[in-house]
Amino acid sequence: MNQRDSNKAGDRPLIGPGSGRGLMGRGGHVRMAMMGGDKPRDFKGTMARLIQYLGKYRSAVAIVLVFAVASTAAAIAGPKILGRATTKLFEGVLAELSGTGEIDFAYVGQILLTTLGLYSASALFSYIQGWIMANVSTSLAYRFRRDISLKINRLPLKYFDGTTQGEVLSRITNDVDTVNQTLSQSLTQIITSAVTVVGVLVMMLSINWLMTVVALLTIPLSGVVVTLIVKQSQKHFMRQQVYLGHINGHVEEMYGGHLVMKAFNGEERSIRTFTGLNDTLYDSAWRSQFLSGMMMPLMRFVGNVGYVAVAVTGGWLAAAGSITVGDVQALIQYVTSFTQPISQLASISNVLQQTAAAAERVFEFLDQEEEVAEAAQPVTLPKVTGQVEFRNVAFGYDPKQAVIHDFSAVAEPGKKIAIVGPTGAGKTTMVKLLMRFYDVNGGAILVDGHDIRDFCRADLRTMFGMVLQDTWLFNGTIMENIRYGRPEASDKEVISAAKTAHVDHFVRTLPDGYDMEINEEATNVSQGEKQLLTIARAVLADPSMLILDEATSSVDTRTELLIQEAMDRLMAGRTSFIIAHRLSTIRNADLILVMNDGDIVEKGRHQELLERGGFYAELYNSQFENSRPS
Amino acid sequence: MIRLARYLKPYMGMVLLAIVLLFAQANFDLALPDYLSRIVNVGIQQGGIENAVPLAMRESQMAKLLIFVSDEDRAAVLDAYKLIDQASPEYETAVQDYPILGTEPVYVRSAMSQEEIDRLSPVTGRAILVVSLIDRLMADPSSIPDLGADLPFDPSMIPPGADLFALLAQLPAAQLEQIKSRIGEQFALLGDRAIIQAAARPIQAEYEAVGLDTHELQTSYILGVGGVMLLLTLSAGACTIAVGFLAARTAAGAGRDIRKDLFSKVESFSSTEFDSFSTASLITRTTNDVTQIQTVIMMLRLAFFAPIMGIGGVIRALGKGGSMWWLIAVAVLTLIGLVLVVVSIAMPKFKAVQKLIDRINLVARESLSGMMVIRAFNRQAFEENRFDKANVDLTAVMLFINRVMVIMMPVMMLIMNGLAMAIIWVGAHQIAEANMQVGDMMAFIQYAMQIVMSFLMLTMLFVFLPRAAVSADRIADVLDTEPVIRDPQQPREFARATHGEIEFRRVSFRYPGAPENILRDITFTAQPGQTIGVIGPTGCGKSTLVNLIPRFYDVSEGAVLVDGVDVREVSQQDLRDRIGYIPQTGTLFSGTIESNLLYADENASAETLREAIGVAQASEFVFADELGLQAPIAQGGANVSGGQKQRLSIARALVKKPPIYIFDDSFSALDFRTDQALRAALKQKTGDSTVLIVTQRVGTIKNADQIIVLEEGRLCGVGTHHHLMECCECYREIALSQLSAEELA
Repeated sequence: MNQRDSNKAGDRPLIGPGSGRGLMGRGGHVRMAMMGGDKPRDFKGTMARLIQYLGKYRSAVAIVLVFAVASTAAAIAGPKILGRATTKLFEGVLAELSGTGEIDFAYVGQILLTTLGLYSASALFSYIQGWIMANVSTSLAYRFRRDISLKINRLPLKYFDGTTQGEVLSRITNDVDTVNQTLSQSLTQIITSAVTVVGVLVMMLSINWLMTVVALLTIPLSGVVVTLIVKQSQKHFMRQQVYLGHINGHVEEMYGGHLVMKAFNGEERSIRTFTGLNDTLYDSAWRSQFLSGMMMPLMRFVGNVGYVAVAVTGGWLAAAGSITVGDVQALIQYVTSFTQPISQLASISNVLQQTAAAAERVFEFLDQEEEVAEAAQPVTLPKVTGQVEFRNVAFGYDPKQAVIHDFSAVAEPGKKIAIVGPTGAGKTTMVKLLMRFYDVNGGAILVDGHDIRDFCRADLRTMFGMVLQDTWLFNGTIMENIRYGRPEASDKEVISAAKTAHVDHFVRTLPDGYDMEINEEATNVSQGEKQLLTIARAVLADPSMLILDEATSSVDTRTELLIQEAMDRLMAGRTSFIIAHRLSTIRNADLILVMNDGDIVEKGRHQELLERGGFYAELYNSQFENSRPS
Repeated sequence: MIRLARYLKPYMGMVLLAIVLLFAQANFDLALPDYLSRIVNVGIQQGGIENAVPLAMRESQMAKLLIFVSDEDRAAVLDAYKLIDQASPEYETAVQDYPILGTEPVYVRSAMSQEEIDRLSPVTGRAILVVSLIDRLMADPSSIPDLGADLPFDPSMIPPGADLFALLAQLPAAQLEQIKSRIGEQFALLGDRAIIQAAARPIQAEYEAVGLDTHELQTSYILGVGGVMLLLTLSAGACTIAVGFLAARTAAGAGRDIRKDLFSKVESFSSTEFDSFSTASLITRTTNDVTQIQTVIMMLRLAFFAPIMGIGGVIRALGKGGSMWWLIAVAVLTLIGLVLVVVSIAMPKFKAVQKLIDRINLVARESLSGMMVIRAFNRQAFEENRFDKANVDLTAVMLFINRVMVIMMPVMMLIMNGLAMAIIWVGAHQIAEANMQVGDMMAFIQYAMQIVMSFLMLTMLFVFLPRAAVSADRIADVLDTEPVIRDPQQPREFARATHGEIEFRRVSFRYPGAPENILRDITFTAQPGQTIGVIGPTGCGKSTLVNLIPRFYDVSEGAVLVDGVDVREVSQQDLRDRIGYIPQTGTLFSGTIESNLLYADENASAETLREAIGVAQASEFVFADELGLQAPIAQGGANVSGGQKQRLSIARALVKKPPIYIFDDSFSALDFRTDQALRAALKQKTGDSTVLIVTQRVGTIKNADQIIVLEEGRLCGVGTHHHLMECCECYREIALSQLSAEELA
């Protein structure tokens, strides 16, 4: 009885991130079981791997097992021994009655002390077991997260073309959390439930096989009930999830596009759509809740049917004299403690499915193919002159669909190469190829005459400095963000780089100067300032070659001038690849690569290209058509 | 929570019904343990014999029994029975049930009420016990050695085979009376239930002697009680299910109502409220917070059920062993103390966990979004360390919490078991002093557990409720907010023929809570059909300026007039019907390209759509796809590029054919070529409409009829490009930074 009731509250002793699930009792299980849908593809394989992943904790888990068995055994034995106390009490009363004796307090007290000892031992074991399990599951989560974070840096960029950041983040938080929580809890429960079931079964069989069989008959019956209800309610749960998704989508969309909704007088329409979705959600929400709530009472009914059946059989057997009344009593007591762990085991199997599904997603990520291995004997250059050659380069994000077919060009040291083209023409592709974020499909890119694939990635990337328009700063101080370019740089060097990048003055006007923390969304510095900071970072790195993305319209005029000046200083004497937006840059470039639809359609100097009257000329002229007399 | 209570009002009937049902359920649930124990105690142990008033007795046995019954009870006993012998009319049927009738007459119990049985049971029970005692004594005089002290004779002196009953019957009445009263005293200690329990065995023996089918008796008893038990379970189950139904309807219903009101409220908000709550927060409030409330309402039945069970348990427990209530109190207080201690240790850490998870997320998100930069600078190790630090921090706190939380279960179990043991120990003494019966003590334990469980449930609820209260407050905050921009009581009408004249009359504007005005004393007039350019550096208030026209915000000072009418004096709908607004980031809604365009005008013809797409320079990509207008648009327009989004947004505004167009930096994602082609087509299409274009590019507005130059919220110049080039310093600065002198010529 105690065992059963207290389990309700203790099903989920662990805590989820801010969800309050930890204290909600068995609702968690039932819901998880109901949600369904989240099934692993390979349950056995994943679980086996998970156990393997436990690594050095396997022995700890073995200890947990022993303690769980001990704790459960003590808990099973407790009521039995305690029962002796009441029997003794009863006998004492009878004895007192017939004048043959009185209540043997010494004996009763001794039994009570023994039981207290047993229960204390059980509690202690159970705590030790919980403690170890907490260690194991927390460390497991730690290792999962660490491995994912290490993996992120080893994956080719290509992987992220098909996977959103959200998906990866969800593995780090949700999936790891699911494994962490469900594993520790279901593992312990499996052990205790299994020990209870086996222990009780053995006890029952040792008393009488026929009554045991009768008791077992209810299991398939409850199986049928569970399956029926789960099937029904799962349908509504799915529908609820779908409509919850629709509602959330609509809310996000309408709140996000509030101005447009207002501008087009869309309030009524929006509310109408919402009401429709909301009503359907209501319908599925109450149905699913209601159906899943039917499970417990029905299970209880089935359990009690078993109870009566066993009692009747027991009475019959006792009358026939093939069993003592005391045994029947004991067996009936066992029946009550038998159904609980059985239904618990049933719900754990669903939880385990969840664990496996989450673990599978994590393993799947960890199994992703990593970047091509480094060259066996990488080239090292004592001094980089900065000559870059594209030799018959062919490339496509999808190897079957080449976008760059056969491109050759040479950039001499210290020259400026402008990459131009309309929006979405694939200008950053060149950057990605140069930095070896992607490898060419055909031909080769050479730096100072060496194929870039013969360098160590780290060495190659050190040769290049990169300033992208999509400025990236992290949640740290400004000093740390600039020093990112060269970690060993002194504060003085950092400040000098900031001066070169024209950002020193701005930084000094900030409340904490160089120690000001960039906030999480990096919104406490403006877009232009961010760009200047990234330039300072590149200045500090002092690379031989540069890849730059020019500022565009999101920056105001004065900042733009500053950025331009800073970039000009940075480019002096270095081979530079510039994603160009400004006419002056383009006109002065030593080589212009014109891109359209992912391919390099033209190359040459400004004047040559204009004279050719091709795509570039058209693009260029469109910029100031209005100022020409038409 | 209280602030949202009104949402339960429509469901009050259901809630009340649910509470009634919960009472019923609690009663069924509380009655159940009694039946469970009856099956074991009476059904199995006592062979189905419920009381000590036998159904039938041999005449000889009755005679023995009557010796030990007081004179006043004797009549009652005889009254309850009817003697049947071979001469009786019932003989034929009765002999089937009592085969012994063939040799000896039998007393058969007449129909009796439960009350009569309860009254008679101790009387006959005691007598039966004495009879059986003496029977055993006669069979083996040494078997009960100590009884002698109380008997008026020494049992060991009795010659074997002597009929003690005959002996006793011959005793003088006074002496017999003395024996009887002593027996009465002694049995008082035992309690009625124990008497029945002890008498069951001899009664069963007597039944066998009479020839009754004792097995059938037992089975039918177990089945009877089992039936009642199943009925109780069924009724309790039915109540649970019914309450579940009502709770589900109420929770989902209230959730639906709250969600709807919340959504409608937010839709009525102006930009001011959006700024003060933030869009993300409003989304969370409408989605997660409402779901949270829904869960809580579902859980509220526990909040009702736990005290009902608790109080029911208390009432029953007090009935069984009132003097032991303090044990329960101690246990409950210890449990509450435990929960409070654990929660107060863990709660602050719970909050910390949330922060640390956010931190992990942040670092992970940064390493994902900065992947190219990280690899470019070879700072993988740095990122890994950063992540590891966050990971170690999180792990440490999680470990702490887990270790604290796992203490709950074992200690809780220990307290509960300890309580049971304490009750047995204290109860044993009570029993020894004859203040309590064993059975009552067992029942007391059951009820004590029930009470403790209820308190535990309530405690859990109180741990959970504060979190829900936060959600409720967040929702109520939104519901209680009135939008600052409302339609006037009696809106004015625009003159029938609209021209699209816009006038800013000494307009100043300050964002709520901002220290200073973002727009200061702006005055200008846009004549119908004119194209007006608005230019200036970031943060100068360009977008704010145009947002005042559709009344996304209200001016702080001065007035904005459309066709001579203050925008605050007409209805918002009327005003916005006259404006085609194109936001900076092209905002599309999920659906198809067509549904997005029809958003401007549901009745627009296919021709209008086609034309709008053409002008917006979108035909190329819209019709390149074979789905054309039916091509799906994902939520937020995620499946089209920024430039395409902008062009579709423009097309949408064109479908509306309004007298005023507002382009809020809507060309920024377009390349120069598309930008130029679009403006050329637009010029022809918008014809008589007034067009406002906010931009950073001088090229975009060079040919506008009027250019408004803003700097730090002030009007820095108004005029044509050439005019401004000559006399407006800030304009010239902007222009020169973008175009070379020759291009500006």
